[in-house]
Amino acid sequence: MNIILILFPLALGLGLAGLIAFFWCLRSGQYSDLEGSGWRVLEDDDIDHSPPTAVVLPEER
Amino acid sequence: MGAQQDLSLFVRHREGGIEGLELAVEGMRCAGCMRAIEIGLKSDASVLSARVNLALKRVTVEWREGVLRPEAVIAQLAALGFKAYPFLPANQHDSEVAQEAQLLRYVGVAGFAAMNIMLLSVSVWSGNSSDINPLTRDLFHWLSALIALPTAAYAGRPFFDSALRALRAGAVNMDVPITLGVVLALGMSVVETWNHSRHAYFDGAVMLLFFLLIGRYLDQLMRRRTRDLAGNLAALKSESATRLQPDGTTIIIPINAILPGDIVLIQPGERVAVDGVIETGRSKIDQSLITGETLPVAVSTGERVHAGTMNLSGALTVVVEAAGAGTLLDEIDRLMSQAVESRSRYVHLSDRAARLYAPLVHTAALVTFLGWMAFGLPWQEALVIAITVLIITCPCALGLAIPAVQVVAASALFKNRIMLREGAALERLAEADMVVFDKTGTLTLPEPSLLNIAMIDPVLLGQIAALAAASRHPLAQAVSRAAGGPRPMAGAQEHEGQGVAALLDGDEMRLGSAAFCHAEAEALAVGTSYPSASLIAWRYRDRCVVLAVGQSLRPDARTCISDLKMRGLRLAILSGDRMEAVAPVAQMLGISEYQAGLTPGNKLRALDAWTAEGRIIGMVGDGLNDAPALVRAHVSLSPISATHLAQSASDIVFLGDSLGPVATAIIIARKARRLMMQNLWFAVLYNAFAVPLAIAGLATPLVAAAAMSGSSLIVTINALRAGRATMVRQGGAA
Repeated sequence: MNIILILFPLALGLGLAGLIAFFWCLRSGQYSDLEGSGWRVLEDDDIDHSPPTAVVLPEER
Repeated sequence: MGAQQDLSLFVRHREGGIEGLELAVEGMRCAGCMRAIEIGLKSDASVLSARVNLALKRVTVEWREGVLRPEAVIAQLAALGFKAYPFLPANQHDSEVAQEAQLLRYVGVAGFAAMNIMLLSVSVWSGNSSDINPLTRDLFHWLSALIALPTAAYAGRPFFDSALRALRAGAVNMDVPITLGVVLALGMSVVETWNHSRHAYFDGAVMLLFFLLIGRYLDQLMRRRTRDLAGNLAALKSESATRLQPDGTTIIIPINAILPGDIVLIQPGERVAVDGVIETGRSKIDQSLITGETLPVAVSTGERVHAGTMNLSGALTVVVEAAGAGTLLDEIDRLMSQAVESRSRYVHLSDRAARLYAPLVHTAALVTFLGWMAFGLPWQEALVIAITVLIITCPCALGLAIPAVQVVAASALFKNRIMLREGAALERLAEADMVVFDKTGTLTLPEPSLLNIAMIDPVLLGQIAALAAASRHPLAQAVSRAAGGPRPMAGAQEHEGQGVAALLDGDEMRLGSAAFCHAEAEALAVGTSYPSASLIAWRYRDRCVVLAVGQSLRPDARTCISDLKMRGLRLAILSGDRMEAVAPVAQMLGISEYQAGLTPGNKLRALDAWTAEGRIIGMVGDGLNDAPALVRAHVSLSPISATHLAQSASDIVFLGDSLGPVATAIIIARKARRLMMQNLWFAVLYNAFAVPLAIAGLATPLVAAAAMSGSSLIVTINALRAGRATMVRQGGAA
């Protein structure tokens, strides 16, 4: 029975973490442009466009 | 045009020496456009940031103070292939955004609480049917209360506030039964928990709040979206004027920056952007956008010109007067304030439903309570059953059903290039059973076009159009447009008030009035077949062509009219133009009711007469003279080319040249209304099953939760059909 006393705060804490995450994205304006953000994911500005020979592939992958 | 442009009015200054500009961008549709704009703007080293909002079709650009002029940003966007218009954010905008974010926070909290309480409730339900320890059950109920009570106090505020407001005003809205249901459910559950009872309704109350908040958020989302898009429209429409500086130079500045007393230069072929009195110059003015009259009027020094008219022949300088100072505008202002009262009396469908619903529900609960008392149950148990009736009848479906349909229908309208300026317009449009059209600029295109194009040799037309392109006269511009806007002929010279001429292979080529081209005989022949058109002639050596330029119908006007007729709508035309110009248009479209030569007041009276007959009128108009009628009508539409005043008076604005959106809007609105009614009837049906169950005392928390979430799901899915029907329609139009 005592397991409830551990599990319940845990569940509540996880839920609260989700809620805080939601507030954070609300605050950082992620809901202001619902159409554009979907497309921004597909942009690859953050990838270095130097020629492929210059890219060093990690060996272990 | 060599004059400088000045857009400093639109620049916002932030702390840290950063300047920003917000622009509404036309024709931005996809991710590709977004990328092109952002990368294109950022390639300029002086631009600090450029961020596109694709949903709003806007871009925000920032730069360090003094390194960039706002005009350069627009020029850069033009080079990228996008037309951009500076945008002045409305003051209320910020509070709207804050309100929406607050609502979303409520949704988040309610959702979090509903899910956690459900976690506890499911354990209690399954425990109740096996062998839960009463102590554990009490613990779970108290934990539920611990989550539910603060949540309701926080996230229930929008409903509580609105219900209190309504009650103070002596009215009943949908929030009154909601508030009552939630508060009673929570109160009863606390008492039940205190008494170690098997059932508590914390989950039902919070879930109810969660669903209703989603509905409320959708409602707010749509209202903000319509307002934002209306703001874009305003930016797209915002005009500029050429101001004559004291030192004799000219500068192009936005209309908002023009002050009374400024002197504005108006070139022939330009639309007048201000109200004022002519200081120098004489010209002919096309007032069709103001009065509906298509015949040009001659004006000279000392006479008044109005914004929205077209300067045809000569350059004018105009002293600007304060807006609304003109006699015509005064009259229209007066008529509009008279007409506006009818609109505010409209009651939303959901509020009308609430007026029926709330007393019914409360009576049912009261009767249940008294009935069980009479049956011999102790009052506590009778009260519990009465409260479950209130919980289970709580208008979950109502709160979600109507906003969900509205959002889906509004986005379907937007895809068809129709913009709602107000949410309730959808309901009102669906009710209309008569559509009244203005003629000039509404049924016909706002710009004149070449009517006898079929009778002219295409090769010859190319040559004529090249010469026409050299002139700024609206009639010549129409000819040039008919040939796809060719390159202007070199060395063309404009003869003020007569026409334009150029030398080609040693001979003179002329385009202008019939007298200018010695083509009176030919003009007479063409004139008989186009009685309402303006005639211009072209002569080169011994060849001569007479062109009839006039108003042509908007594309799709015929299909739109026959579509509307097929749906049983009564149609009529009310025009300020002459009968000779109105009758042919009416005949061509097959509209049998038409009146011509009307003043704005006449139009109002005509509408009133039809309203007295019990007709519900949708008005479609674009001119200043239509504005009072647009306000008076039950619902009103205007094309994007309409005057400011007409557009702000109408509920719905459609883009593009086609008249098709009028029919599409009505079809979508009717479909949406049908779905709203379906959803309301579904709510009735749901109650027909659920209420007897609750009255019998069988509505356990499990039944209540299943019933509420099930009904919400069904109405939402039903609402999604509002978008599906229009997809078919779109496919048909493409």
